[in-house]
Amino acid sequence: MYGRSEPDGEAAAAGGRAPSDGRTSNSTARRRSDSVKKTRPPFPWFGMDIGGTLVKLVYFEPKDITAEEEQEEVENLKSIRRYLTSNTAYGTTGIRDVHLELQDLTLCGRTGTLHFIRFPTHDLPAFLQMGRSKHFSSLHTTLCATGGGAYKFESDFRTMADLQLHKLDELDCLIRGVLYIDSVVSRGPSECYYFENPTDPDRCVQRPYTLENPYPLLLVNIGSGVSILAVYSENNYKRVTGTSLGGGTFLGLCCLLTGCSTFEEALEMASQGESTRVDKLVRDIYGGDYERFGLPGWAVASSFGNMMSKEKRESVSKADLARATLVTITNNIGSITRMCALNENIERVVFVGNFLRVNTLSMKLLAYAMDYWSKGQLKALFLQHEGYFGAVGALLELLHPS
Amino acid sequence: MAECGRADSSSTTHTMDKSITLPPDEIFRNLENAKRFAIDIGGSLTKLAYYSTVQHKVAKVRSFDHLGDPLYEISEQEEVTARLHFIKFENAYIETCLDFIRDHLVNTGTKVIKATGGGAHKFKELIERKLGLKVDKEDEMTCLIRGCNFVLRNIPHEAFVYAKHADSEFRFQTTHPDIFPYLLVNIGSGVSIVKVESEDKFERIGGSSIGGGTFWGLGALLTKTKRFDELLQLASKGQHASVDMLVRDIYGGSYGSLGLTGDLIASSFGKSATADKGFSKEDMAKSLLHMISNDIGQLACLYAKLHNLSRVYFGGFFIRGHPVTMHTITYSINFFTKGEVQALFLRHEGYLGAIGAFLKGAEEDNPNQYSWGENYAGSSGLMSVSPEMNPMQRARSGTFDMLEMDRLERQLVNLPLLQDPSSYIPDTMDLTEDALAREYWLSCFEEALDGVVKRAVASQPDIPEAIERSEKFRQKYRHKLQTLRQQPFAYGSLTVRSLLDTREHCLNEFNFPDPYSKIKQRENDMALRYYQKAVKSLEQLSWEQRQFALVRGVLAGNVFDWGAKAVSDSLRPALLLQGPPHKCALFFVDNSGVDIILGVMPFVRELLSRGTEVVLASNSGPALNDVTNGELQILTERIAAMDPVIQAGLRDDRLTLVQSGSSSPCLDLSRLDKVLAMVVRERQTDLVIIEGMGRALHTNYYARLSCESLKTAVIKNSWLAERLGGKLFSVVFKYEVPPGKPSQEDSSAPSTPS
Repeated sequence: MYGRSEPDGEAAAAGGRAPSDGRTSNSTARRRSDSVKKTRPPFPWFGMDIGGTLVKLVYFEPKDITAEEEQEEVENLKSIRRYLTSNTAYGTTGIRDVHLELQDLTLCGRTGTLHFIRFPTHDLPAFLQMGRSKHFSSLHTTLCATGGGAYKFESDFRTMADLQLHKLDELDCLIRGVLYIDSVVSRGPSECYYFENPTDPDRCVQRPYTLENPYPLLLVNIGSGVSILAVYSENNYKRVTGTSLGGGTFLGLCCLLTGCSTFEEALEMASQGESTRVDKLVRDIYGGDYERFGLPGWAVASSFGNMMSKEKRESVSKADLARATLVTITNNIGSITRMCALNENIERVVFVGNFLRVNTLSMKLLAYAMDYWSKGQLKALFLQHEGYFGAVGALLELLHPS
Repeated sequence: MAECGRADSSSTTHTMDKSITLPPDEIFRNLENAKRFAIDIGGSLTKLAYYSTVQHKVAKVRSFDHLGDPLYEISEQEEVTARLHFIKFENAYIETCLDFIRDHLVNTGTKVIKATGGGAHKFKELIERKLGLKVDKEDEMTCLIRGCNFVLRNIPHEAFVYAKHADSEFRFQTTHPDIFPYLLVNIGSGVSIVKVESEDKFERIGGSSIGGGTFWGLGALLTKTKRFDELLQLASKGQHASVDMLVRDIYGGSYGSLGLTGDLIASSFGKSATADKGFSKEDMAKSLLHMISNDIGQLACLYAKLHNLSRVYFGGFFIRGHPVTMHTITYSINFFTKGEVQALFLRHEGYLGAIGAFLKGAEEDNPNQYSWGENYAGSSGLMSVSPEMNPMQRARSGTFDMLEMDRLERQLVNLPLLQDPSSYIPDTMDLTEDALAREYWLSCFEEALDGVVKRAVASQPDIPEAIERSEKFRQKYRHKLQTLRQQPFAYGSLTVRSLLDTREHCLNEFNFPDPYSKIKQRENDMALRYYQKAVKSLEQLSWEQRQFALVRGVLAGNVFDWGAKAVSDSLRPALLLQGPPHKCALFFVDNSGVDIILGVMPFVRELLSRGTEVVLASNSGPALNDVTNGELQILTERIAAMDPVIQAGLRDDRLTLVQSGSSSPCLDLSRLDKVLAMVVRERQTDLVIIEGMGRALHTNYYARLSCESLKTAVIKNSWLAERLGGKLFSVVFKYEVPPGKPSQEDSSAPSTPS
């Protein structure tokens, strides 16, 4: 055994759900670690998810390197490790989400830190350039990658960086990643959480949630677009549907409407705006509630409906437009999800994907929408590592080929 | 049936001159006795509805007390029929229109106007001031559903599927006899999804805020284009792939394991998430249109699935006659249901609210207890104001669209003997889909117009202004034909039947209720003289010879100059009357004169003699030279006086005359008089005979009945004969036995044209 092992409690939580190293007695663990050592892939360990907008990269930094290993470690590997772990930003657009990193994690008998890094997909060439300059290919590692980009950029990896990709299905990776992360996170904020009192803004608070007996669950991945999966067990899931109105739509429309160019800018503007100036509400049409159909006056009757009028177009701010875009996209995802939950007869919904990153507005809206329109039947759950599950799933595939 | 002979081609100019600058009295018609007003004011269009009574000249026959020529007298009487008027115009004209109505409204006793639609409260004060009527608001959704039920029940080709790239973009649906349950997706500024289970039971099961208002509002922001129509125009010219992130933009190709093809949209506006602003208005509008249509389609499918509904109608201003949105919605529904659910659209979708509001106000008249029919003469037809059809026209202001519906005197129902009422299509040929046939028949009707006009004038020799009216008729019908050439789908599927019916409606419109009355009278008189002689000679024949002669007689009556010799060899099915007698035969008759008197009556006589009861079904109102129920009553009485067999039949109630409920030369077995259906059921009818080109060839040739049937006609049109692979005056004699029933003869011989 190398270094510290995972706490027992944590290992138990993983039981039977994810290919974690936990839940083994010490003796079997030792025996396995010997066999694992033989099949263990060489460092570095990466998992990659190349989406339409963002590339998500998880990197396992071993912290239990012995002096002997340290000496054996080739210079190229060392340089990559140091570059990734000593910086929190790479180039102008690459970012390491330090607050998400998982320390003291045991993977394949090695203990270390899992790092979470992201950069825009359009900067992939720069990444490949870096890989080339750091002689990544000399390490003879397999690079496990998922997301559409694994297919689209496969030849670029080969020609630009001399790297062979091991391509993986993004939904398989997503589910594997979710189940794994949920099973290994023990300290700090709980991986899974929900909002208590979602319909009361003053009393709405974030609460930890234990995702025991998670099945069946509806998994809603909001990236550039949206995929909705019904998950019945680790290996039994189906994609119920999807929508093209996702995070890419929010940002794309915000860029066109407000002139902003980043997700953070768009969210910042949205937080300052007022969507009711842009949207036409039920009360704008009926003066109050539409009682005949049980529609409350505050409900949005027509997203951007007020913008049919020239005067109102001239009176709204960019922030109002950004807010309305956010509300429109979020509520729509909420409606489609709710209908899928009804059709599939599932009551628990887990929302993931980078659209939710630093986006409490949308999370609370989703929590509200699920609760209100289902009269409390549906529960919206969220995960701390919202956008990284696909990449984690890819890493797991490297360590434990399924 | 006649009046379709092809003469030398006459030159006609094909203009698209629509009812743009019509004087208001041709739009708001019959205001003198209008009552029960209702108005539906939407975001840009106003729909006005009212009820009027129309004075019509109707041809009546009355038997003379004495025997001899003429048999009966014909008089044209004024009859009052009820009509519903619906007029659609732009909100800009509302004041002018209200002024016009006020000036022409003569003491109707009306105190209230029912109002619905988003604009109802905005114009409330104006309406009350101008018309002096109290505005009584009605719930929008309730009106919409009521209107929808009404059109689905009363207009046979109301619903259609839209297929952009098909030969005929509009494929009209046979309305299922039971219209419930269905889903109505109303796409106004937002979207409402309503489940309708019965006339009074409906529920808004869901909706979405992403609707027409989102397209319009967001589109205006993105493109600086203000008008909804212009946004659609922009969208129809754009390429969404430059704005949307497609599956292939992410995957480089398709996402094979999920079956997502490369050209699917992965993220709407995904490519505009950049500081770069070089996106064209057209492309953004197109992307927006796809985004909204797909989203609505997806939600509609999810609701349809949850409630297990397969009939989904789409309406609201987002859809209203716009091919662009009908196409994108259709595409979306196909995609999300994998073709299991079809998006259905409605021809009179824009009127639903006004119709519903009107019905709410007319509850004491109980309009739903009657059957109503679309008046082709007074209705504009589908897409008459579509910008796609004629962009020039849209730019001109003052576009009005009209729908008129006549109350039918009789309630109409299905023939109980239809094998499958939900799949029954009356018409043999759909001219909407068959361009060659369409061209032929349109020209044919155009060229026959002179003759019809002459006949109309001749039918009213003592009325000097008949000539003037006949010219108005000519103009109106020619205009209809021109419209149909451009928009074959204007009144549902274009068929020979609809062309004939439109002509009848136009003739009635200008008070030519029965141009053939005198000809029919003359021919009936003439044929009656030969009746006894004919019967006597038939009785002298051997049984088998008589069967041949009877069938020949029916066919002979159906064509005046008929090549009997050529036909007789192909008439083996004369053996129809071999074997045990039928319980009851239902006979749909055709022409007056020789046909009914010397052809049908001897056949009826034979049936009666065999112990078969006979129900003779004739038209309720006049159409061409077809014998009407009124005329047939007199003729039969007269024949009964000469013929003890017929007399006994009438006396013992074994020969019954019923009206069909129709005033068409063709026959729609799904819209027949309720009494006829009752009699058919009571008498356990087991044989149906349909006679004549209009009823047995242009319609019902492929109709499947649950009992034995005989369809017989002589093809008096060389083009049609050729189409069917025969010659002019070929004979159609189609005897069919439903599956599982023993035939009267071994080789049931559905003889084709010889």
